[in-house]
Amino acid sequence: MHVEDKFTAETWPAAPEKQTLEGKNKFLGFWLFLGGETVLFASLFATYLALKDKVPNAEHALAKDLFELPLVFVATMLLLTSSLTSVYAMYHMKNFNFKKMQLWLGLTVLLGFAFLLLEIYEFNHYVHEYHHTFTSSAFGSAFYTLVGFHGGHVAFGLLWIVTLMVRNAKRGLDLYNAPKFYVASLYWHFIDVVWVFIFTVVYLMGMVG
Amino acid sequence: MASEQTHSGNPRVDIEYRKKKSAEEMRYQIVSFSMMIFLTFVAFIAVGYGDFSAWFIVPFILLLAVVQVVFQLYYFMHMSHKGHEAPALFLYSGLLVGLITILAFMTIIWW
Repeated sequence: MHVEDKFTAETWPAAPEKQTLEGKNKFLGFWLFLGGETVLFASLFATYLALKDKVPNAEHALAKDLFELPLVFVATMLLLTSSLTSVYAMYHMKNFNFKKMQLWLGLTVLLGFAFLLLEIYEFNHYVHEYHHTFTSSAFGSAFYTLVGFHGGHVAFGLLWIVTLMVRNAKRGLDLYNAPKFYVASLYWHFIDVVWVFIFTVVYLMGMVG
Repeated sequence: MASEQTHSGNPRVDIEYRKKKSAEEMRYQIVSFSMMIFLTFVAFIAVGYGDFSAWFIVPFILLLAVVQVVFQLYYFMHMSHKGHEAPALFLYSGLLVGLITILAFMTIIWW
């Protein structure tokens, strides 16, 4: 099978993301990248855990003063649901239904964007209500680096998915772009994997003390 | 599961089989999603309303997070499918290095 071949639902392969050499390489290379991302985020988690609540004096807010569970809960639900919508997108990709794939990717983008807006509101709230900034304490630096890096990944993921959707809007599905969509959805799931540890380690454990 | 191409020689039969496989996989993914939502609820309720000591609650919510991530990796990211030996190697190597880093930062480094 060739990248430029035209397909129908009948001739579309069961694993389109791995039909071409390029697709196979993308798949392997992307998982290697995710292994590296695991190390990156683990080191940021390590830094956060070492510097949690390390503030210069008693006037600075600590984790348990800052965090509010309802906001984190809503953010978690948004991101978790966006992970499911991208599963639906890949389901339609495998069934060669380009329009439905685009629709579910669009929903994923909307949910991810809502998550990002909540995070911007949250950071803005901490800065203005609690004077908890990147430079106010070691705790602040570690917190914004970890959570901000994740937020940066969300922003990058949104740009990536939107770019793929726009660039391939008229092309439809083929073996050239199927691995691209597949890999972007893997990235989106990985963002959710990292968030699971952020809401547990940063927010929930922050409330416990 | 549905990761291998079928060759019955009849495209109509193939597509029926594949659609069935996809639908079956989708069911697993819906179950995974329900479990993930449930585990998230339990973790938030345990911290928000539970009256437990930190010694119990921290390992408990960490365990819930690990279970939830296993669902995400094996069902949403298809690691339960064939052909994911290299991804598993990459991910677990990364995790090993990462866990050692966390252990080091929390024990060797202190203020």
